[in-house]
Amino acid sequence: MKKKLLSALLSVAMVSALLAGCGNKTEAPAAEAPAAEATEETAEAPAAEEAVEEAVTVAEDTGKVLNIYCWNEEFKSRLTDHYPGYTEVDATHGTIGDVEVVWNITPSDDNAYQNNLDETLLAQADAADDDKIDLFLVEADYALKYVDTEYTLPVADCGITDADVAEQYQYTKDVVTDSNGQLKGVSWQGCPGVLVYNRAAAKEVLGSDDPAAVQEAVKDWDTFKATAATMKEAGYKMTATSNDAYRVFSNNVTSKWVEDGKINIDANIKAWVDMTKEMVDAGETGTADLWSDDWSAGFYPEGKVFCYFGPAWLIDFCMAADDAASIAAQGGWGAVKGPQGFFWGGTWICAAAGTDNANLVGDIMRQLTCNPDIMIEIVKADNDFVNNKTAMDTMAADTTYGDAVLGGQNALGLFAEGVASVDLSNLSNYDQGCNESFQQAMKEYFEGNATYDEALELFYKSVTEKYPELTY
Amino acid sequence: MPNEEYNSVEGGLGIAARRVISYVVLILLTFLCLFWFYILFINSTRSHAELNRGFTLLPSSHLMTNLDNVLHGSQPILSGLKNSFIVAGLAAVLCTYFSTMTAYAIHVYDFKAKKAIFTFILAVMMIPTQVTALGFIRLINTIKLQDTLIALIVPAIAAPATFYYMHQYMESALPHAIVEAARIDGSSEWRTFNTISLPIMKPAIAVQMIFTFVFNWNNYFTPALIIKSENKKTLPILIAQLRSADFLKFDMGQVYVSIALSIAPVIVVYLCLSRYIVAGVAVGSVKG
Amino acid sequence: MAKEKKKTSKVVRYNKWGYIFLIPFITIYLIFNMIPLITTIYNSFFENYRQGIIQVGPNWVGLENYITIFSNGDIPKYFSNTIIMWIFGFIPQIFLSLLLAAWFADTRLRIKASGFFKTVIYMPNLIMASAFAMLFFTLFSDSGPINSLLMQIGLISEPYKFLSHTISARGLVCFMNCLMWFGNTTILLMAGMLGIDSALFEAAQVDGATSTQVFFKITLPLLKPILIYVMITSLIGGLQMFDVPQILTNGEGNPVRTTMTMIMYLNKHLYSKNYGLGGAMSVFLFIVTGILSLIVFKFTTKKED
Repeated sequence: MKKKLLSALLSVAMVSALLAGCGNKTEAPAAEAPAAEATEETAEAPAAEEAVEEAVTVAEDTGKVLNIYCWNEEFKSRLTDHYPGYTEVDATHGTIGDVEVVWNITPSDDNAYQNNLDETLLAQADAADDDKIDLFLVEADYALKYVDTEYTLPVADCGITDADVAEQYQYTKDVVTDSNGQLKGVSWQGCPGVLVYNRAAAKEVLGSDDPAAVQEAVKDWDTFKATAATMKEAGYKMTATSNDAYRVFSNNVTSKWVEDGKINIDANIKAWVDMTKEMVDAGETGTADLWSDDWSAGFYPEGKVFCYFGPAWLIDFCMAADDAASIAAQGGWGAVKGPQGFFWGGTWICAAAGTDNANLVGDIMRQLTCNPDIMIEIVKADNDFVNNKTAMDTMAADTTYGDAVLGGQNALGLFAEGVASVDLSNLSNYDQGCNESFQQAMKEYFEGNATYDEALELFYKSVTEKYPELTY
Repeated sequence: MPNEEYNSVEGGLGIAARRVISYVVLILLTFLCLFWFYILFINSTRSHAELNRGFTLLPSSHLMTNLDNVLHGSQPILSGLKNSFIVAGLAAVLCTYFSTMTAYAIHVYDFKAKKAIFTFILAVMMIPTQVTALGFIRLINTIKLQDTLIALIVPAIAAPATFYYMHQYMESALPHAIVEAARIDGSSEWRTFNTISLPIMKPAIAVQMIFTFVFNWNNYFTPALIIKSENKKTLPILIAQLRSADFLKFDMGQVYVSIALSIAPVIVVYLCLSRYIVAGVAVGSVKG
Repeated sequence: MAKEKKKTSKVVRYNKWGYIFLIPFITIYLIFNMIPLITTIYNSFFENYRQGIIQVGPNWVGLENYITIFSNGDIPKYFSNTIIMWIFGFIPQIFLSLLLAAWFADTRLRIKASGFFKTVIYMPNLIMASAFAMLFFTLFSDSGPINSLLMQIGLISEPYKFLSHTISARGLVCFMNCLMWFGNTTILLMAGMLGIDSALFEAAQVDGATSTQVFFKITLPLLKPILIYVMITSLIGGLQMFDVPQILTNGEGNPVRTTMTMIMYLNKHLYSKNYGLGGAMSVFLFIVTGILSLIVFKFTTKKED
């Protein structure tokens, strides 16, 4: 045990030494001298090779405590299981070498996670070294709130190069790129989504459950809409709720939610409203919220729902595959690309400005999100769709691999194909608030409690409450 | 609906009919009150997949699995139970004791600032807790009490609503004569309060103890903003964490079992204290 | 120390204890409530919010925040929502509580197992509001048991969306509030009744008073202090109504904000840490609650004199 720890330690030191050694403004720290003796450990430090092109010098780590802020246990278990050298002490403490790792986990209910993170980041400058945040996690919807500020370090400052992240999907980089074009976070997950359809319904209504035939019926939004009418006649809802298709539209916008301080409604968002209103009025979809009982009713044959939009994690873990009566358990779903590509979910790792452990943070980023060996380990151990094109392409080409939920279909290729077309250059700091408010407000329109203009008014009101600086 | 029946039967109907009506209403209310506990219990015996399928009245077989998952899962439920007990228990005791003491000061003594202080505390009661809560968090951070259970317990001492209740109760149940009598017997003010007045207040104290205990036991808002360390977290935070767990660990069965686990102790505490209210221990001492 | 007091035994000396007994409460209050309150009032005169994580202000704006909350027409709407939902939750609640308290106190009715009933009525309050709401969602969802039941007995032909209609959404809020709090009120009233000298009841019975007479002539007048307490705290609680509509409607006050209460609106401003508007809003609430409580207080105590 001790020996293993030592070797891991050495490999970390070696990586840092290499980083420093290959930098332009070299100032090799004396502490990293033992790197040379560690060569026999190269197998354990695959990241070392990738670090060779390193161009920036990262100041030597001085921190004795690594503070990590997150909202659930997911990242902790990834780090525990896959980061070489991490030793768990108890539920909220661990060690990496002689650095103590402290987990600050705040649930995201009632915005508690962000409130807590905001306060701590704002106090970062005055905090004692051991209390400073070193690393924190964000989700796509509010990533820019943190990324587009001085409070987040560019990953380059932690020693991550463009070459390191070359294998990552472009959209995962778009999400955390600030307004100056600097990459400020990395993710180990890819969450591209596909359209999953009820095979039984496809056979009954469309006459075939072959992916190619089904894709024909949902290839763009007009055909999608036409198919919805056919489904309705046969007693099926096209989607369970009006919000199912929302993110597919919102991932493919051509303008931002806020342009020059004014709230802006993109044409694609308006298209979602128009299509959904017609579908709701025709009874082709419901108005319940995602994750509600009415939404998940369609996981069972008697729920009579034709399709869902979802990433791999939704299909594999959230569609009740462990319940024998569900469609998933019988392998009754099929996957097609659907009308447009989209993604759903994912967690990004950011480094906090003021960290005294930049090298360690950088190494965590590199090991978990750039090291193909570890990423394949994650695929195998945790079933994540990882953020590594080559790894996922290899899996996609594997004919022996099939997803039981999808009746043995290997849909990884579809995922990769869909996500390649997602263009996230139109993210804004206001996405989380705007997306939530917009769906809420439009629900009133869909249910007939408000006209479109009234619903829009409601949306503007709700957004300006959240962001007083905006106008409309 | 029960009111009309009540009014109309008042004069004419015999005692038997009134008894029937009261039983019907009581049984209906009992059903409405206990139904939720039944569903919670049923839900905690069901697996995540079964819960996804919606509602049922029949228990399933996953109670032990769910329980086992929660106890050996990533959330320290047992230490959460302990913390919740410390916070809710101490808050309830301190709150009722000091609020009674304050009400006693206003009720028994006559001093210059009395009226002003009484009005002041009443005015305080009307302040919405919501906005001052954020100012409260700032304050806690400035005085370095963040991430401590103390920050959850000590502020409970100043509870205007409890004070007001105690004051109103004393008006109807604690005659000045009793205090006078104690003085004549040579009892010190401190002793009079603790050994003579407090016992008379037993029903009121039990009532407010329950209310404060339950409020603090179920409170999520303040602890979520103050507590950060895993070993100091109270149950509502842990349950919220289970609910926001990542998709691999998300398990509604565990959520319901934790809710059931968190309700059981409150029921026990409630049943212990409710004896005082129901049995009316203190009625006798008021006579005189 | 206590011994010395005994020797002096003057009323003025005793009254010093009034101040001593007030010390803990007042100290804690001043620290933990007064400081946040003063910052709240102070902040209501400033522009002070977060733009993402960047702090805007505080910039002195005078009464602008107050002008904003009154001029955009939100206040009257959320005020009436709050009052409507409070009244329709409170009336059945106080009626049920008085009725139950009267029944339990009625010696002729002799309700069996009254201990059981008294214990049970408070129990809904033991469940966390958020857990309660989870159950409500399950029960009242489109595919939930209430809708299936209504469809089976033929009352409706397709699922009724309970939370998408003003009447039923407000109704559910009132129902849940009433269910959670009627036991609380009954307990308060019963505890008040325990304080009433039982000799009074016995005397009344000997004199041949009916249960109704006993209730209206003896119980109610003696319950007055507690009733005033119940009225005022419920009014204050009602004006501050928050958690039930908040979780039942995900904080949105659906449909079209007809179940949005004043505190929910206030809570919206806390999302952006808008201490300015939020502060103005709570000062307004403070004044309104104060006036209403004063009216109830004066109204109920005047009659006594």
